[in-house]
Amino acid sequence: QRRAIPFTLGVPRNYDPTLHPFEVPREYTRALNATKLERVFAKPFVASLDGHRDGISCITKHAKSLSTIISGACDGEVKVWNLPRQECLRTVQAHEGFVRGICSRFCGTSFFTVGDDKTIKQWNWEAPGYGVREEPINTILGKAVFTGIDHHQREGTFVTCGQTVDIWDEQRSSPIRSFSWGVDSFSCVRYNPVETELLASCASDRSVVLYDTRESAPLRKVIMQLRSNTLCWNPMEAYYFTCANEDYNLYTYDIRHLDVPVTVHMDHVSAVLDVDYSPTGREFVSASFDKTIRIFPKDKGHSREVYHTKRMQHVICVRWSADNKYVLSGSDEMNIRLWKANASEKLGLLSAREKAATHYNKKLIEKFQHHPQVRRIARHRHLPGDILKQKRELREMREAQRRKEQNVRKHSKPGSVPLLTEKEKHVVAVVE
Amino acid sequence: MQNENLVQISFFNQLMLVHPRKKQNERSEASVQVSEYFVNAEGTGDKVNLSDLLGTVEKTSGASNKTKKQLRNLQSSKETLELPLNKQQTEKIQRGIAYEKTTAEVSCWKNIILQNQKAEQMVFPLNQESSGPKRVEQVVAGWKVQTPLEQEIFRLLHGSRQPVNDPVLTPVEEQSLKAMSLEEAKIRRAELQKARALQSYYEAKAKREKKIKSKKYHKVQNKAKRKDFLKQFDEMVKTNPEGALEELKKMELSRMEERMSLKHQNSGKWAKSKAIMAKYDDSARKAMQEQLQMNKDLTQKMVVPSDDEHESIEEGLETVPDFVNDPETVIDPVNPWMRGQLTHEEPEVSCVTAEEVQTAEEENEEEEIIGEFERKRKLRQADEEDLIPTEEERKKTQEEDEDEEEDVSEFNTLFRLMRSEKTREGSNQTRGGLNTAGEEDEEGLLSEGQIRVRSIEDLEVLDEVVEPRAIEEPSAPQTAAAEATSEPPHKKKREINLKEVLTKEAKAVRLPFLPTVVDEEERDEQISIIKEAFAGDDVISDFIKDKSRQEAAGRPAVVDLTLPGWGEWGGVGLKPPRWKRKRFRIKTAPPPPRQDQKLPDVIISEKRTASVASHQVSQLPFPFQNTAQFESSIRTPIGSTWNTQTVVKNMTKPKVVTKLGAIIEPMVKEDFIKSKTTAAGGKGAAIMLGENRRAKEGTKRTKILALTELPTA
Repeated sequence: QRRAIPFTLGVPRNYDPTLHPFEVPREYTRALNATKLERVFAKPFVASLDGHRDGISCITKHAKSLSTIISGACDGEVKVWNLPRQECLRTVQAHEGFVRGICSRFCGTSFFTVGDDKTIKQWNWEAPGYGVREEPINTILGKAVFTGIDHHQREGTFVTCGQTVDIWDEQRSSPIRSFSWGVDSFSCVRYNPVETELLASCASDRSVVLYDTRESAPLRKVIMQLRSNTLCWNPMEAYYFTCANEDYNLYTYDIRHLDVPVTVHMDHVSAVLDVDYSPTGREFVSASFDKTIRIFPKDKGHSREVYHTKRMQHVICVRWSADNKYVLSGSDEMNIRLWKANASEKLGLLSAREKAATHYNKKLIEKFQHHPQVRRIARHRHLPGDILKQKRELREMREAQRRKEQNVRKHSKPGSVPLLTEKEKHVVAVVE
Repeated sequence: MQNENLVQISFFNQLMLVHPRKKQNERSEASVQVSEYFVNAEGTGDKVNLSDLLGTVEKTSGASNKTKKQLRNLQSSKETLELPLNKQQTEKIQRGIAYEKTTAEVSCWKNIILQNQKAEQMVFPLNQESSGPKRVEQVVAGWKVQTPLEQEIFRLLHGSRQPVNDPVLTPVEEQSLKAMSLEEAKIRRAELQKARALQSYYEAKAKREKKIKSKKYHKVQNKAKRKDFLKQFDEMVKTNPEGALEELKKMELSRMEERMSLKHQNSGKWAKSKAIMAKYDDSARKAMQEQLQMNKDLTQKMVVPSDDEHESIEEGLETVPDFVNDPETVIDPVNPWMRGQLTHEEPEVSCVTAEEVQTAEEENEEEEIIGEFERKRKLRQADEEDLIPTEEERKKTQEEDEDEEEDVSEFNTLFRLMRSEKTREGSNQTRGGLNTAGEEDEEGLLSEGQIRVRSIEDLEVLDEVVEPRAIEEPSAPQTAAAEATSEPPHKKKREINLKEVLTKEAKAVRLPFLPTVVDEEERDEQISIIKEAFAGDDVISDFIKDKSRQEAAGRPAVVDLTLPGWGEWGGVGLKPPRWKRKRFRIKTAPPPPRQDQKLPDVIISEKRTASVASHQVSQLPFPFQNTAQFESSIRTPIGSTWNTQTVVKNMTKPKVVTKLGAIIEPMVKEDFIKSKTTAAGGKGAAIMLGENRRAKEGTKRTKILALTELPTA
């Protein structure tokens, strides 16, 4: 170990470039080493929380505490977890049948659950005392099954979806407003975290519908080729949201221009079931039926990271922690997994020199990212065989489709088969 | 007019239909008859007809004839109102309006989002309190009396009514002032008035003088002042030696200050610009001389007048020679080691005006150094890579440090050459019409496979297994069609003609691989020593042989395709005929001349080495417009080996910074949008009002818009 130099003194150093030749090759070597080390230290898996007795159907973060999460399972059980201690703090048999949705109140004092038993229940965050039965603060019995719930960012209202999208006041037992547009059932509804009066929902008629709670009618809907399962708003960019689609892709939309998605994110090889943005709004994580989690930069078409383990089955829900450091995934085989958001990041406090070194290494990798060796190493990921096979198959299918289309175009009247970009292909219609 | 009215009424009805929720308010009015069971006005049950109302209009004289006529027409017309729009259509219209409104509202984020996307660094959570030093007022405002001692002090202060903030006059003093007699007060007032008037005159004068832009005027003024001062000083020496001593001390102080500061030392922006001009411009030279003179004058030690003669002589002997006091031409203000003759970009003279020195910040200096380094680096690479350096640069660099630099740079030459060659190849390839856009898309892909990487060795193995593609890429020839693409035409001119430049350099290079710095004589000695040492083996002839062999290998071979005996008699001793030889011996076109053709003592390998190629970028990456851009981005080092600490810190700062253990909340509209509007001119309140109003006005606006929509619907 080098002896630390007193910060105030500093070492006089001659920066004359003639004394330090070969700057590019030297930095290149450093970059190559940094890339290799990054891959070697890429160990994203942190912990697994087990205890549920059925597949996890939903996860939610505590609004005010980083270390607490709640998860709901398919048997109606809700568990509150402490992440640093990796243990379950509290178990509640909340519903009969699935717990379909959980959301935390913005103040972090209570949370809401909805389930297959047509009820909305509000629970206290604090566990009842010893010997006291777990009882919800409020229970609202609805007319139909609720499939999702989300809470307003700052006010005492929340929204549920099922056969209609209902907006509720916490103080009332009937919705203060309900939206419906045609007869569909909705699978997901989310409040916009920035423009807090905006809502978006995914309907079973393959559409994504936008609402404004101040208006009497929905705003607009976009119908895609296949159904969207969930969607998530960008917490830093008010007019972008990303929806996870059944057709293996994710689509980022600008609500001002719904006719074409801003970006199509493709890499999954099966239906995408959940998506959540990082709190910085730069990236999002998606969970898929293909047993993997992928992390996408918000403006890139392909993922920067793929996480999987041997035992992780279909991933049903995924959340990005509020400090931008971790990703949580809940899967079919009853486990919640905690992953690092940056696979090779060192956890905990770093010394100033460590920090400087990591920053330098990151910058080096970025600088030399186009060099073949660096790129090759940085991009390498291990994937299980079956997913790889599926991927190959998909590629072949896409190629075949493309070829077919090309042939059709070749043999038909010019202009009759228009050349559609990947973005344009998936939107069927925008309904006003 | 009438029709319009009708339309309005019909639409009002429509909208009433649309909003069944909204009930009509019941109105109750005071009346003479008060029922026992309900409150009712007279005749409320009856329907009011238009004729009932018109009756009174006819009688009143105030109503104009025109309106009366209109009303009468209205009464007589028998047309029915139009049907309201059906539900679907109205809903569609409403949705359209609501969507438009929302998108307009959301669009206000556009600037903020763009700004954040472009920001070099984002720190999350967004609205953190700044950890830096706070202003005094903030601290004072937040401070509260806590300890008993403080409380007591405060009580005392406030008890005596001492002014805490603005100590002009204490209340007690004010009271005493008030207690003055009338005459005294009058006199005092007059005095004060006079003083004020004088002051204002003086101020006005000073202001006027200050406004005069003429430099000459100020110069003369200053000179006069100085003269005055000297005169005064001389007098003072005689009359008031103590005062003179004080003055002397002051002068000494000013001298010290001058010595400390960079003022008049020809190192500022102005001075640099002048220094460039000094060669051609007399006045610039003069100005700089003046500055230096000023510095000299100011830094000169004052001769203490009261001192004895011999003492002063002694002092003269003791003092170090004058040039020591002269300011160094500070080439590199941060790094004291750089004051040698390393750089010659700066001519000897340079100076700075007062303000510039004060404003010159540390950062600027850093940037300057970096700029300098960059320049030097480029220069070095230029004369090694033969980027045809300009006359000036050449002169500057090659004057003194030629020998020193050469030796180091020779070491680099080979590498640079190889690199330049490669990069040229690279650029050729990019110009060969490769689809960069498509490749970019490819680039985002992870290369997913079944190989697990657990250690660095695995990564090495990965090298061989995966992706032979990088190596096999061919060096595509430059096609005429491709030339037309992206590369700007002037770039082509700068295309390096290696041969040309190398011939020039060949004279300078005597010993290609001499890594140490040696003097001229030493070098001769060295050469003789080496000659002695290697007297036996003939290195030079070996070298020449080697070179000729390589040249021969590169020469095109004649391909002989003649088949003896084909179409004629064959056998021992028979040669194929001339026509056959002529026809079937194929000469390939000679390759372009070798790069080392005119360099007798250099071999430049023109082979493309696979081991190097696998490390090189084969095509121009996406965000870059041309190869030069990309190369420059690679050329600039970011490590601390080449840059100062602050620069490294700046260059390597991450794009996203998060605080450990802090919850990152989503953006809050009030924090961003409101502050912006208030900055624009107090529109914040208006917007807030608008938002509040919005819910109420919703229906009203839809009405108006529905009216406008009618013709199309």
